[in-house]
Amino acid sequence: MLSIKNLQVKLDDEDKQILKGVDLEIKGGEVHAIMGPNGSGKSTLSYVLSGKDGYAVTGGSAALEGVDLLEMEPEQRAAAGLFLAFQYPVEIPGVGNMTFLRTAVNAQRKARGEEEMSAAEFLKVVRAKAKELQIDAEMLKRPVNMGFSGGEKKRNEILQMAMLEPKMCILDETDSGLDVDAMKLVSEGVNALRSEGRGFLVITHYQRLLDHIKPDFVHIMADGRIIKTGGPELALEVENNGYADILAEVA
Amino acid sequence: MADAAAKTDPTEAMIASLEMPSGTWVQPLREDALARLRVMGLPQRRDEYWKYTRPDTLTQPEAPHAAVLDSDEAPMFGDVERLQIVFVDGVFDAEASDDLSLEGITIERLASADSDLHWAKNVYGVLETRGQTPVARPLAALNTAFATDGILIHVTGKPSKPVNLTYHHKSESSDAILHHCIKLDEGTELTLLENGPAAARFNKVLEVEVADRASFHHIRTQGRDHERRAATHIFTRLGTESAFRSFTMTVNGVLTRNDCVIELTGDDALAHVAGACVGDGDFVHDDTVFITHDAVNCESRQVFKKVLRNGATGVFQGKILVKAGAQKTDGYQISQSLLLDGDSQFLAKPELEIYADDVACSHGSTSGAIDEDALFYLRSRGVPEGEATDLLTLAFLAEAVDEIAHEDLRADITDRLGAWLQRHRG
Repeated sequence: MLSIKNLQVKLDDEDKQILKGVDLEIKGGEVHAIMGPNGSGKSTLSYVLSGKDGYAVTGGSAALEGVDLLEMEPEQRAAAGLFLAFQYPVEIPGVGNMTFLRTAVNAQRKARGEEEMSAAEFLKVVRAKAKELQIDAEMLKRPVNMGFSGGEKKRNEILQMAMLEPKMCILDETDSGLDVDAMKLVSEGVNALRSEGRGFLVITHYQRLLDHIKPDFVHIMADGRIIKTGGPELALEVENNGYADILAEVA
Repeated sequence: MADAAAKTDPTEAMIASLEMPSGTWVQPLREDALARLRVMGLPQRRDEYWKYTRPDTLTQPEAPHAAVLDSDEAPMFGDVERLQIVFVDGVFDAEASDDLSLEGITIERLASADSDLHWAKNVYGVLETRGQTPVARPLAALNTAFATDGILIHVTGKPSKPVNLTYHHKSESSDAILHHCIKLDEGTELTLLENGPAAARFNKVLEVEVADRASFHHIRTQGRDHERRAATHIFTRLGTESAFRSFTMTVNGVLTRNDCVIELTGDDALAHVAGACVGDGDFVHDDTVFITHDAVNCESRQVFKKVLRNGATGVFQGKILVKAGAQKTDGYQISQSLLLDGDSQFLAKPELEIYADDVACSHGSTSGAIDEDALFYLRSRGVPEGEATDLLTLAFLAEAVDEIAHEDLRADITDRLGAWLQRHRG
């Protein structure tokens, strides 16, 4: 599904290497988690994969189902099936959430040569999916993320994911700013989307999200590299002992 | 007047090039306006309110030529049940116009309204004169003196449909001067729609007297002709508990200057004036607004949004004057530009002058680019860059467009702005 090989990335406007050779292989149906101390490059990885400006790839590759992601525009990556749930979802005044969702869904369909969804069909689908995430009609009508609480913003991210049905989902610190109930709701939303043909990359600081979204693999990232890979028990180790032991171990 | 003087004095040169139409009641009003004009002189670059916008092409005797736009876009307001009045290059077109009778209003043409005791005597040039202080508006005085025609509407009830003034531009050298007067009696209502390119050069004055508890809605579209020059003025005076709402969409045009002068003279009155404009390249759009609060508990609201690209220029000069005694005034003014590249410019001069102590006035003016974070967010969801930029640009314009109360018209205007953006992608 997602194949990252020796990916090296620096910031565009300063000579600072952020990723120093990341290797990661995610197959359909798998959930991978990346943990790591602040500044280790976790969020950079998610931005580079989704095509945000400001980064320069200096080596390596990233492909989704064999197609090179790094040469594509952000919208092409989305149409190819990549989805990033933002750590800080952006507020867009003046653009209705519904309009936004429908524009996105139909833009992707168009890019893939599929038929666009009619207004009536879209409404039916979005209402059903919103209900599962306890997103009410009022929230759908408001401008994108405007006046949403932290939890509402994250639920809105998951709603987008559910509507767009991507192949590869990256969740960047989706647990940040969530209380226990909201985390449960968001996790249920994510778990409902788990399927054979879909991969997940969950970036998080805390093990507790992984109690809800159970990973198949856990990777520890530090200083721009994945330094250790294991099963769910690795997340528990981090939770109990912090990163110091692991960092010392590989040093 | 000596010919030599005409050559050296642009005001006299302009006056000499025009012919004052003859009339009955309107004649002395025209003479008065001519006298006012001579005292003021035509605008010049050094005038305070013309320092951002060059007036010379508006004040030279010959109108610069403007190509006639060949557009296949559906005419504006085509789906609206309306009474349509058509002017071609400033000339009334009886064939294309509807019958001028409608219950609740009387409509006449300035050129043929010749009864001696005409109601318009108390409006024509009267509101314009009031609007000449403290800021002179010579092009409006010129209009009052020399307007060749216009529509006079006396509103005595609540007509079942809007009046639509549609302009057509068919001659490359047309130079049109039209002057409309509207008088709304107490408790009456009128919606006025205006659309279409009017002439190569267009000087238009609209005077609106809004009596107590009357309500006036105005929705206007200017464009899409590229080479036009237009100077328009709205003068309005509002009575107690009355309402004035005016929205203008402007697309294209090398020079458009829209002045709006509003006087709130009755308590609890409301005035909302808004504009959404989009310009690409050789484009200057100037909104100059002056709102005087001279009564208690009135609300005024100015919302102006401009989208500019490829060296286009936007100007906003907006003033709120709150006179002593105009307590509980609620004044709001926002002027914003979205610059789609580094070549365009927005010049804004917001002014507040307040002599009452119990008022709430706020104003803001900003100039900015597309929000990169929002753009990336949209693109990361699969929306192509061009479409995402258009969506954000329409969102920027929405605060102004939302001032239109009529839902279908709001949607139509939004669609047209969207179509323009699509045609003018970078």
